[in-house]
Amino acid sequence: MSSIVIQKISKSFGVTSVLKDISLTINDGEFVSLLGPSGCGKSTLLRLIAGLDVAERGSIVVGQHDVTRLHPKDRDLAMVFQSYALYPHLSVYDNIAVPLRMRRLNVWQRLPGVRLFSRSQQKIEREIRQDIHEVAQTLGIQALLPRKPAQLSGGQRQRVALGRAMVRKPEAFLMDEPLSNLDAKLRVHMRSELSQLHRTLGATFLYVTHDQAEALTMSDRIAVMMEGSILQYDTPDEIYRNPSDLRVAEFVGSPRINMLQGWVREGTLELVETEQKTLANSYLALSVDAPHGLGVVVAFRSEQCSLVLAGQAALQGVVTHCENLGSDTLVHVRAKQAKDPIIVRIAAQAPQVKLGTLVGVSLSMLPLVFSEQGPRLSVRVTELDEQPVAPVLAFEIA
Amino acid sequence: MKTKQLVAKKIRLGAVANWAPLYLLAPALILLAMFLLGPLLAVLGLSFTDYQLGSKSLNWIGIENFIELYHDKNFWRSLRNTALYSGAVVPVSVLLGLGVALLIEAQKSFKDFYRTIFFLPVMATLIAMAISWQFILHPSFGFLNLLLKEFGLSGHNWLRTESLALWVLAAIGIWNQFGFNMVLFLAGLVSIPRHLYDAAAMDGASSPFERFRLVTWPLLGPVTLFVVVITAIRSFQVFDTVAILTKGGPSKSTEVLLYTMYAEGFEFFKSGYASAVTIVFLVIVLALTLIKTRYLEKKVHYA
Repeated sequence: MSSIVIQKISKSFGVTSVLKDISLTINDGEFVSLLGPSGCGKSTLLRLIAGLDVAERGSIVVGQHDVTRLHPKDRDLAMVFQSYALYPHLSVYDNIAVPLRMRRLNVWQRLPGVRLFSRSQQKIEREIRQDIHEVAQTLGIQALLPRKPAQLSGGQRQRVALGRAMVRKPEAFLMDEPLSNLDAKLRVHMRSELSQLHRTLGATFLYVTHDQAEALTMSDRIAVMMEGSILQYDTPDEIYRNPSDLRVAEFVGSPRINMLQGWVREGTLELVETEQKTLANSYLALSVDAPHGLGVVVAFRSEQCSLVLAGQAALQGVVTHCENLGSDTLVHVRAKQAKDPIIVRIAAQAPQVKLGTLVGVSLSMLPLVFSEQGPRLSVRVTELDEQPVAPVLAFEIA
Repeated sequence: MKTKQLVAKKIRLGAVANWAPLYLLAPALILLAMFLLGPLLAVLGLSFTDYQLGSKSLNWIGIENFIELYHDKNFWRSLRNTALYSGAVVPVSVLLGLGVALLIEAQKSFKDFYRTIFFLPVMATLIAMAISWQFILHPSFGFLNLLLKEFGLSGHNWLRTESLALWVLAAIGIWNQFGFNMVLFLAGLVSIPRHLYDAAAMDGASSPFERFRLVTWPLLGPVTLFVVVITAIRSFQVFDTVAILTKGGPSKSTEVLLYTMYAEGFEFFKSGYASAVTIVFLVIVLALTLIKTRYLEKKVHYA
């Protein structure tokens, strides 16, 4: 079990730079997710750590050892692949045995037939058998050991791939979207199993995924990656509640965070009506430390707002769609200040709204404000000197 | 009553409908019967007669042809030569094809160039190529002997030396066939999933040899079996080079199965006897084909 420290790693394929000066520290025993859309470089970063690709610049330290220039075999890391990458011609037992045989037996002992007369080989094979049965028991796959991968279901193959990674007790586990080939129900189940496994092993896990639910549910910390850079590296809670960048806020959370267009007028926020491309005179009683004229995005999550009567809030629009999720309902409201419909989460027991009704949307807490380029801006509620022309967005801040 | 009529009608309709597949199959079946099964049965029939090419009558002589074959030293010699020829051509051209495929796949530049170069002999007409080889191997002005002379080595009369001729023909057979095997292996190599090599690297297979043993070779298994069987069948069919270059000589040292059949049938006009040789040949090829279909169906699909 070891920590992984990555410093200023860069990688490019031809002219495209895939990773730009990435630094990341994963503590011993931590479960860290690399979360990002496909093509953001998260898998490349994982392959660099594994040693399957070579970085152009930067260093990777596992535990006490600088492994930047080492062969994958000498890094003592294990990897679980999206496609499981089981050897199709070997039984489950032999698949799990491969990493042990490669390490414990020498070339000569690995030759077929040697086991018939080599005592030392037989002794090592006995130890290997014991280790495999131990792992199989942990994963509940003892009954599958004699089978071939083709005779297994997706979930079983995944378990075997995990077993192959676990069996030699590596310094850390690298996982490249290991659940994305499973069906939805099994994926949710395997999420809790992986978390459980992480707790049992106490090992360092680095987990690559594009599925925010996986990252949010399992990780101690999440590194959100986009376009070859890490935008934010924090606990799931902070990533969700306190995104440092608009792209993080947009990527994490389902349904997508609501966004209103605005601009800074002499230190205060003003919303923009996107349809008419003109400024609306709906003021937010928020002041920001940002230059006059800067375009901003005001963002808030579906559960941070509620429906009020039209006229009680500056933000108002027509209900265009309702999604009943069973536990609650997502109401889509088309407002002038937002490009996409604003989604409001209301309790399923709440009185249902009719499509086409004009409603107001009121925020129950301070919204997140970002500059259009992405970075988060700090805001505070201000007393406005003069009375705004239109009613201020209704806040209910405790 | 009514139901009975309905059932009857249904059956009739069903009967009509059941003919449709037969109509659709008919052209293929007729052609198959005319050009494959018919001749095959004719040969089988002839092998039990004393028919001579051109004669007006024939007699049923049972398995006498086969008994004669069994006692015919020439036939055994030709069978042995064919086996020796295949024994040389199959392993060498398979390993050479695999080796070249691995080399081509391992490097980045000129892939298409190498592929084309090595595949050229396969596409060339073997009869024409045999004549080129005849020039190359000519004892006095052939390129090979001139080349050896340059290095101070003595040449040979390659095609007229009893101990050499069969192996020279085998070398030409290898030259002709390994390109085809290479292409099959290349296709097999491309279909091996990349992530298996990643997994092998993580599991500790660091040298190319270990990667080959753990991933490449087992996953090429089905392709290899296919290649071996195809090459075996093709080398059992060797005829062109023998007919052009040696005519079975010197002193029957390159007499192979198909050439014996040809000589018996079209030089000595013993059609019945030649048919018997053909049947032996067909049985061998059929056995090879059975091995192929049997094992390939089980082993090809790894999922």
